[in-house]
Amino acid sequence: MNAAVETMGSRRVAKKVVTLEEHVVEIMSDSGEGAQKCGQSFGSIAARMGNGVWTVEIIPAEIQPPARSVAGASGNRIRIGSKRVTNGGDEADLVIAFNEQVLLGRLNAGELRPGCIILLESMWGDSPDPKIVRQYVETRDRLLEEGYRVHEVPMENECRKLVSDPRKGKNMFVLGMLCNLYSLDMDLARDQIAFIFGKKAEKVIRSNVALLEAGHAWAEENLEFGFRVPAVRATEPQLVINGNTAIALGVVASGMDICAMYPITPATSASHYLSEMFERSGGIVHQAEDEIAACAFAIGASYAGKVAVTITSGPGYSLKQEAIGLAVMAEIPLVVVNVQRGGPSTGQPTKSEQNDLFTTMFGSHGDAPKVVIAASSIEDCFYSMITARRIAETFNMVVVVLSDASLATAQQPFPRPQFSEDWLAPPIDQNPVPEGAKPYDWDPITGLSRRIVPGQPGGMHTLTGLAHDRSSRVAYDPEINEQGMHARSLKLAALQRMLAPPKVFGDEEGDLLVVGWGSTKGAIEESVERLRAEGHKVSSLHLNFLQPMPGGIKEILQRFKQVMTVEGNWSDHPDDPLIDETNRRYSALATLLRARYLVDVDCWTETRGRPIKPGSICNELRRRLAREEFRR
Amino acid sequence: MSTATVCLSHLLEEQRALEDYQGGIPRWCKGCGDNAILAAVQRLCRDEGLRPEKTVFVSGIGCSSRLPHYMRTYGFHGIHGRAFPIAEGIKMARPDLHVFVNTGDGDCCSIGAAHWIHAIRYNMNITVLLHDNHIYGLTKKQASPTSPLGTKSNTTPRGAYLDALNPLTVTLGIQNVSFVAQAVDWIPESLYHIVTAAFRHRGFSFVRVLQRCPEFVGNMFETWVHDPQRMLMVTHENGVQVSPALQKIYRNQRVHDPSDIHRAREIASGEDPIPVGILYRNPEVPCYEDLRRAGMLRTAGAIKTSLEAEFDKFTVWP
Repeated sequence: MNAAVETMGSRRVAKKVVTLEEHVVEIMSDSGEGAQKCGQSFGSIAARMGNGVWTVEIIPAEIQPPARSVAGASGNRIRIGSKRVTNGGDEADLVIAFNEQVLLGRLNAGELRPGCIILLESMWGDSPDPKIVRQYVETRDRLLEEGYRVHEVPMENECRKLVSDPRKGKNMFVLGMLCNLYSLDMDLARDQIAFIFGKKAEKVIRSNVALLEAGHAWAEENLEFGFRVPAVRATEPQLVINGNTAIALGVVASGMDICAMYPITPATSASHYLSEMFERSGGIVHQAEDEIAACAFAIGASYAGKVAVTITSGPGYSLKQEAIGLAVMAEIPLVVVNVQRGGPSTGQPTKSEQNDLFTTMFGSHGDAPKVVIAASSIEDCFYSMITARRIAETFNMVVVVLSDASLATAQQPFPRPQFSEDWLAPPIDQNPVPEGAKPYDWDPITGLSRRIVPGQPGGMHTLTGLAHDRSSRVAYDPEINEQGMHARSLKLAALQRMLAPPKVFGDEEGDLLVVGWGSTKGAIEESVERLRAEGHKVSSLHLNFLQPMPGGIKEILQRFKQVMTVEGNWSDHPDDPLIDETNRRYSALATLLRARYLVDVDCWTETRGRPIKPGSICNELRRRLAREEFRR
Repeated sequence: MSTATVCLSHLLEEQRALEDYQGGIPRWCKGCGDNAILAAVQRLCRDEGLRPEKTVFVSGIGCSSRLPHYMRTYGFHGIHGRAFPIAEGIKMARPDLHVFVNTGDGDCCSIGAAHWIHAIRYNMNITVLLHDNHIYGLTKKQASPTSPLGTKSNTTPRGAYLDALNPLTVTLGIQNVSFVAQAVDWIPESLYHIVTAAFRHRGFSFVRVLQRCPEFVGNMFETWVHDPQRMLMVTHENGVQVSPALQKIYRNQRVHDPSDIHRAREIASGEDPIPVGILYRNPEVPCYEDLRRAGMLRTAGAIKTSLEAEFDKFTVWP
């Protein structure tokens, strides 16, 4: 910790304000007590002050889980930093808990840093229920024994001085405490309350501001510590949204106006938001009867001249596979979003995983080439949709955009996009089709053919999922079958030729290259930065295009002594007794890189349902770099 | 030329012959009832003056679903069971297109049953022809949901175990049903009139066509084909009428007001005699595409304005 310590007078305790580079804060409550709103507000205020911010929701699987239960814990994790923050960071430095049970889950999952500061609601110690008192005392004593810095805070009692129902509003008291603890601007905090309660009566805003101020005053009076995370105000406006909102905004910005979906966690909130937005921008979210229908509906709309989108998660993606194959075969542009969750089967609906890469690249029976893009940040979720629509339309292809549960609910500021009309889809072509033009007039070099849309005179043909010739006539002829395969495959190569090679993060050569894709980008790059600061020759490479992969990757891989991927999916542990080189299942990207580039790519993966921490990656990289071959 | 002459010459230009709607040469088996359905829809297209480029025939998989290939309109031969959602997507994107669905008893009532139920509820302006031959043909004779009890097939060698599903009563049982009719392939004239009425109804027009499969269940409808008394001609001034020529053959007639859903359900559940005609019609049921597209204004300007407004909500200003 930086040792800039200030001492201020005129209070019961001398307050020491420590300046920090960054801190990870968690706010945990029972579901419905408002920890989410508190955490997001805290993040927004810090972002407005110019801090780097990353917020993550901690969501229980049930809607109304029992109160004071480990499983029912609902909350928000906020990482604030002096510089730009690209991921959720490591274990928490400070936790505010509305009861001791919601804290236990985080403690048991190893989410608290040793010695972490805990501000714990103290009312449970005075409960008339002896069982609650016992639970409270046991947990508190355990925390103290394990070296956590526990401060008991009479949150509810303090709030009761101002409001009759402190369960509603305690979160704003906590926000006030946080503003004091992190030296945040109270005027911005008051603005924030006015913003979140904007639709409600003035009275509600006043009451919440009073709670905010009470929290601030209480912390000022009673807590002898405080922090300051210096911030540099951004020079350009920043957007603070989560990944699913970014996807929805991206859909609108891309000019797509038909989305067919079926509710599925953790993808649905994108469609919720899109439904709202389409009311104003013009568009339709069709909630279909099932995932298959959603995909088929989108295909129908695309066939009729649009580029439609269907948004889903793993189980829904599996159901759509046959329809996706139809779009591939018939060369209908289509955008599919897969917000990945834990799998297989129902898996972990609210948790994050990167296990769907193979199924999106190779899924659907037969040879079904499609484009796969993975968003690696919140900003990327927005722009990927614009890219996806354009590629789908240009190449008459299925474009899958991969996101995941950790991007879906995480928030991070990024520069406010500057709208461009070029983002939008062109109007539907209804001109007559030239004499002799064929619907599958495959170009021998690129595989591309024209797009003929119903309504165009002279273009009548029947599109089919059966093998077909250039005129879309059903054909079982061996020659024609191969011509179709050839053209559909060539389109990927044609697209690949247009892609810029990915950029290495760090030096262009060195001892170890870490390759990743999707939401792990921030954590991987932060780990690389930390290790480079320690003097290690480590770099990283992050892939947004997984299919096709851009050119230049092999050359990059070859410039490093060792290459490994870090991914949120399964890979066998090389140390397991039955595992050896001949049977080890590598992670998805490692398998792909090994196969494509004939480079010995190792992997390290985690499937713990949470974003991979930069600290965990650092530990693994240090372990590898300590091996003999890197000593000199 | 006077305006009237110009209009007339346009009209003549627009006049199309049956050949203008004929695509590939049908590859159905000899005597297959699908041929009658194809003839009826081609005649419909000609008589209703449908522009081929504005017309789309959507199908799933099965013998029935080959029909779009034999039309010279746009066609979408999709995947098994999914013709309905594909057609819905087309109609939602392009309400200006005439959308037809050709589906079979396996395609609609088995693998696509969920979509069928919901398609009735959406009530989009689509004309549906259920080619119901009571058997899987393309996969070579397996029992379908509409195979009568005891039907011998490759998967039911001792005869179908379960009572057949009645697509008419199912359709009539779903909320928002707006048009249900039954026709048979062996009375082409009535088939044509019923299909025309279906097309003219604004909403989800469901026509079950009992269709012979001479290859696998050759005598399925034998007794009905040869005994006109076992056919029940459902007529009404608001439904379809039976021509004098047909009246002489099909004397078993019943006047039924198609706005009466209770009576419609009762007639629909009768299997012998086979009812033919319009069982139910309600033009008042709203179409999903109208509900969803109402007031939809979509310009680059509207998109920009709404995006900027959303961005404003989430922007942190320096």
